[in-house]
Amino acid sequence: MADFLEIAGKKFTSRLIAGTGKYQNMDMMVEAIKASGAEIVTVAIRRLDLENPNEKTILDYLDWTKYSVLPNTAGCRTVEEALFVARLGRTVTKSNWVKLEVIPDPKYLFPDPVGTFMAAEQLLKEGFVVLPYIHADPVLASRLEKLGCSTVMPLGSAIGSGQGIHTEDEIRMIVEQSAVPVIVDAGLGVPSDACQALEMGADAVLVNTGIAQSTDPVLMATAFKEGVIAGRKAFIAGRMGKKSYAISSSPDEGVPRTIHGSLDDY
Amino acid sequence: MIDVTVNGKSIKLDSSMNLTDLLRFLNVDSQYVAVAHNGEVVQVLDLMCIVVNDGDEVEIVRPVGGG
Repeated sequence: MADFLEIAGKKFTSRLIAGTGKYQNMDMMVEAIKASGAEIVTVAIRRLDLENPNEKTILDYLDWTKYSVLPNTAGCRTVEEALFVARLGRTVTKSNWVKLEVIPDPKYLFPDPVGTFMAAEQLLKEGFVVLPYIHADPVLASRLEKLGCSTVMPLGSAIGSGQGIHTEDEIRMIVEQSAVPVIVDAGLGVPSDACQALEMGADAVLVNTGIAQSTDPVLMATAFKEGVIAGRKAFIAGRMGKKSYAISSSPDEGVPRTIHGSLDDY
Repeated sequence: MIDVTVNGKSIKLDSSMNLTDLLRFLNVDSQYVAVAHNGEVVQVLDLMCIVVNDGDEVEIVRPVGGG
């Protein structure tokens, strides 16, 4: 059975979206992205170093016939900054997709729900395909979906924290109510976190630091790829129901008994 | 002599010039960057039409690794 992740009419086989930040070097990033099997990769938009204007950019390192670029608005604290960076990102990457981040507070890096909504509204009017990064808030997710966003991207835990999924109940609610893909973003530290998200019915995950800051990013990228595949298969397969008491897997009948040493002797 | 701010830094130019010439002056390949002039993002085809004057602000950006 064909199983695709579909965002804004575009189909993807991989359900792992990879970030490209925090790698020790570009070669390692390229190899890790390759190993991850990701088809969508995120990039950030930053000022050009005027002292070194012809330094290769990330666009030079990756084979863009194989990847869809997803520029983000990371670092933007206000609606205005996010709109500005989204427009710059569209111009330089030639993609009208944007991972929308409006994050006023650098310590906790939690997204501003009001700012994100306002920025999404404007970017949609300008023809962007908007993938908003949000706290795992089912009400906000629903509002953004109704507004016309192509996905919702609830966080598992704080960006870069590697703490796994702290928002399990809320993500389940978002999955239950959403018609657009739910992409769990932020905080996924190990493949079991990604697997858990997919098992819960999330459509995809976005991972950056969990791969880039591991000891062996290429191997970890492979592990995340496999975790995501396992989680998706498990979701489709349908998990067993949880029960309060143990239920034996082996038949209860026909167990050979000895004359001595029955339970009554204890 | 005019004074313009590019990426937050003050730069002195002999005279006003269009954005294509400014990029050339800064040794920047316009294919790999996006440019904003006084807060407005400029499309590649318009770079030649927009003139940078004294006191203007220009942003030149490129993509980098990010999540």
